[in-house]
Amino acid sequence: MSTPITIPTALRAYTGGEATVHVDGDTVTDALDSLTTRYDGLARHLRDDAGRLRSFVNVYLGDEDIRFLSDGAQTRLKPGDALVIVPSIAGGVA
Amino acid sequence: MTPLKITAAELARLHAHVVEGYPYEVVGILAGDRACMRVVRVHPLVNERADSPRNRYRVSGLLLMRAEQTLGEEGLEVVGYYHSHPDHPAMYSDHDREHALPNMSYVIASVRDGSVVDTRCWRLREDRSVMDAQPFQPFQPAQPNQPTQTVQPIQEGAP
Repeated sequence: MSTPITIPTALRAYTGGEATVHVDGDTVTDALDSLTTRYDGLARHLRDDAGRLRSFVNVYLGDEDIRFLSDGAQTRLKPGDALVIVPSIAGGVA
Repeated sequence: MTPLKITAAELARLHAHVVEGYPYEVVGILAGDRACMRVVRVHPLVNERADSPRNRYRVSGLLLMRAEQTLGEEGLEVVGYYHSHPDHPAMYSDHDREHALPNMSYVIASVRDGSVVDTRCWRLREDRSVMDAQPFQPFQPAQPNQPTQTVQPIQEGAP
């Protein structure tokens, strides 16, 4: 199943400037894996060395942050679903 | 590296924001023309790190997205972000680097005793290992029928 993912401005350099790309996958994780497989430059910015989503990378399924869904990133995707990658910004003095 | 240019008036607004927020960290968006690396608007945001505002900042994704959409409706693109380092140098920290987005400019203003003492700009290297200093200079916007003129650079900031 193909699901659209909206890419934030900072990361569109890795998708050839595309704001929305369609990827295959039965779950949110599958869809993100498809995304980073197709656009490998994205992976290091979305995930840490352990493969977890970086703390500042938020993924929304519709209006819901996937971290707050009961099945999290294993939530199954349905026809009509759409994913949005929404980075937060953070930092500060060490 | 292409310099980041910011209008002198908006740089003054940025400095006023970081001074106003001292001794806490403040944060905002640098908006303008990404292709030209030109900032024509600073857009202050609210630092959500109420637990540690002297040495941390955070702006949640949805608030950031809404602010960026509002700027987009005015034809402004996000060129980068700024924040302050109260009583610390304008060098990026590991925490800054770990949370940085690629292809964005990060301006850091050092504020000591309520005054701006240094302002530098950084960009995340592709492999995320370091942030490189980006030349940073204010400019005066072109008046009708006049070319853009740059003015005195501030700091080019080598680590």
